[in-house]
Amino acid sequence: MIGFARNVRLWFAPQEIRQEGDTPDYRFSLANERTFLAWLRTALALIGGGFAVDQFLPDLRWAWRVGLALALLGAGVLCALRAVNHWVRCERAMRRGEDLPVSRFPALLSLAVAVVAVAMVVVVLVGWEG
Amino acid sequence: MNPRAAEDRDPGLQPERTRLAWRRTTLASTVAALLAVKTALHGGVSPGRVAVCAVSGGLWLAFLLVAHHRIRTLATTPRPQALAPRHATAGALLTVALAVCAVALVL
Repeated sequence: MIGFARNVRLWFAPQEIRQEGDTPDYRFSLANERTFLAWLRTALALIGGGFAVDQFLPDLRWAWRVGLALALLGAGVLCALRAVNHWVRCERAMRRGEDLPVSRFPALLSLAVAVVAVAMVVVVLVGWEG
Repeated sequence: MNPRAAEDRDPGLQPERTRLAWRRTTLASTVAALLAVKTALHGGVSPGRVAVCAVSGGLWLAFLLVAHHRIRTLATTPRPQALAPRHATAGALLTVALAVCAVALVL
């Protein structure tokens, strides 16, 4: 978490990243950019899922509907913030010639999505009555 | 195609792939923005909902602007520089802002 706060500074500071190490092959930077964009699309899809739960399951109890929607929207926010943070970390690691950072975020996100999916199945089967 | 252009082109088409990745991302943000507008105007029109609708549209336009800027760079430069951190941050924060709009609409 402290590392995250330190990285937030780098999000806004292009010159600080470019001061470190050597510029890597431009193709590596572009690959990193595409990974970032893929994560951003995942975040947008989760946010779209939040809207979809709210719009397309109108017969659910209010608490369930809002709870599931908020879970998806929260996952979307985390995913977007983590996307830019991971992009900065990878960019810096490539400039310094270090190993790329590892992360348990993909595993946690998969678990969260699985939990929401199971909850949705249960809620749709059991909780139709408002 | 003249031989010089073929020489300048990256054989792995990396800039093109990155440009198309931005294009896909603008499509995803369009879908999310349309869902936001649908949600905002679903339960009847009120000033608050119209305002959230307008904010979502503005966020979408801002995202398109960031993407357009990068797409133009990628399309015109043979060896494009790395993405600027403030553009990456702008893309992520616009996404977060859209999620905040969504929370306001859902609650």
